[in-house]
Amino acid sequence: MSKKCCCEKKEDYKLPVKATLPMRTVVIGILSLAAWWLLYGQLGAISQWITYNLIGLTRNTHLGSSVEFFLFDTLKVMMLLVLIVFAVGIVRSFFTPEHTRKILAGKHESIGNVFAALLGIVTPFCSCSAVPLFIGFVTTGIPLGVTFSFLISAPMVNEIALVLLYGMFGWKVAALYLGTGLLIAIVAGWIIGRMKMEKHVEKWVYATQMGDADDASQELTWPTRIQYGLDAVKDIVGKVWPYVIAGIAVGAGIHGYAPENALAAIMGKDAWWSVPLAVIIGIPMYSNAAGIIPVVEALLSKGAALGTVLAFMMSVIALSLPEMVILRKVLKPRLIATFIGVVGIGILLIGYLFNIMDLHKLILK
Amino acid sequence: MKITVYGSGCAKCKQTEELIKRVVAETGVNAEVVKVSDIREMIAAGIMSTPAVAVDGTMKISGRVPNADEIKKWISG
Repeated sequence: MSKKCCCEKKEDYKLPVKATLPMRTVVIGILSLAAWWLLYGQLGAISQWITYNLIGLTRNTHLGSSVEFFLFDTLKVMMLLVLIVFAVGIVRSFFTPEHTRKILAGKHESIGNVFAALLGIVTPFCSCSAVPLFIGFVTTGIPLGVTFSFLISAPMVNEIALVLLYGMFGWKVAALYLGTGLLIAIVAGWIIGRMKMEKHVEKWVYATQMGDADDASQELTWPTRIQYGLDAVKDIVGKVWPYVIAGIAVGAGIHGYAPENALAAIMGKDAWWSVPLAVIIGIPMYSNAAGIIPVVEALLSKGAALGTVLAFMMSVIALSLPEMVILRKVLKPRLIATFIGVVGIGILLIGYLFNIMDLHKLILK
Repeated sequence: MKITVYGSGCAKCKQTEELIKRVVAETGVNAEVVKVSDIREMIAAGIMSTPAVAVDGTMKISGRVPNADEIKKWISG
C-alpha cells in the first residue's frame, strides 16, 4: 500500500518540452498569408497602374499591353514562388532521408514504387548526396527498383517547376507535369526492379554496412522549421529570379516579333521525330527547372507541340549528366544505361501521347 | 572537442564548414574542425544527406546548413 508511485520521481526529472508554435508567430503567419492573398488579388490592378499611370504608356497599344502583361506575370510568379517554396520548405522539414528510408524499408515493390515516387517529392534531396542515399536505401533492404523510383522523382518533380508551369501556363499543365512525372518515376522504377539488375550495382555497395546515425533532425522546433522555410525562399528564389524574369520577358517580347509558327515545322506535332530528338538532346543537358522554363515558354509560343516540349523539359531535368557521373560510383555502366534508357523511353511515350491526343489546344489557355 | 563536417564539395557543405570555423574562432572554444568528404566514411557514420555535422561523435544536424545560433549551442553544451 505504498503511496510511492512513479509520479513522485518526476520532480527531479525534467520532461522534454516540445516547443509549440508561439501565439505571436501564429498571428504573424496568418496576417502574412492574408496580406499575400490580398496583394495577389490586386496584381492586375497594380500592373495596370504601374504601366499606364506610373510609366505613362497608352492603353491598348502593343507596347502597353506587353509591359502590362510582363509586370503582371512577373509579380504573379514571384509571389507564387515565395509562397510555395516557403510552404514546401516547411513540409520538407518534416522529412529526412533517414525517415524516408525507414518508411520504405518494409515495402514490397509496386506499393514501394508508389511511395518512393511520392516521397521523392517531399524529401529534401541534393545530387551531391545521391550516393550515400542510394547506399543507405539499398542496404536497408529497399528493393533496387523502389530506390530508382525515388531517384527519378526527386529531381524531376520539384516545386519550382510546378509553380512556374502553373504561373505561366495554368494549372492543367502543372498538374500534367506532376502526374506524368510521378507515373514515369513509378513505372520506370518498377520496370528496372523487374529486370533484376542487382548484380549491376557495384559489389562493394551491398557489402557496406551503413551506420545508424541517430536522426539528427529529430525534434525540430517550429521556429526552426519556419527558419528552414525562409532560408529555402532566400536560397531558391534568390537563385532563380533572374531566370523567371528572363523567361517572362522572352514570352512577352517574342509574342509580337516572331512568326507564330516558326517552330511548327521541326517541333510541331506532325514532326514525329521531334519527340525522340527532344529527349536525346535533353539527356546531356542539365538545367534547374527555372532555367529551362524560359526555353519552354519560347518554344511553345512558336508552335512547338506540347508533348515535344514536355519531353524535352523532363529529359533535361530528370536525366542529368552530373548525376550520372556521381552515380557511376555505385552503379555499373549497364545499369546506368538501363536507367537512362527506361526513363528516356517513358518520357518519349508521354511526349507522343500528348502530341497524338492533341491535348495541346485543350490544355493551353 | 572535435567537430566533423561531412560534405562532398557542394556549396552548402563548404558554407557549413566555413560558418562553423567562424563561430569557433569567434567564441574562442577549443575545437578541432575536420572535413570529411570520403563517401565510405560518411556511410559508416550513417549519413545520407549532406551537409552533416557531428560533435565529438554525436550527429547534430544533417541535410541542411546550420545557423550560427545552433552552432553556438553545440559547442557550449
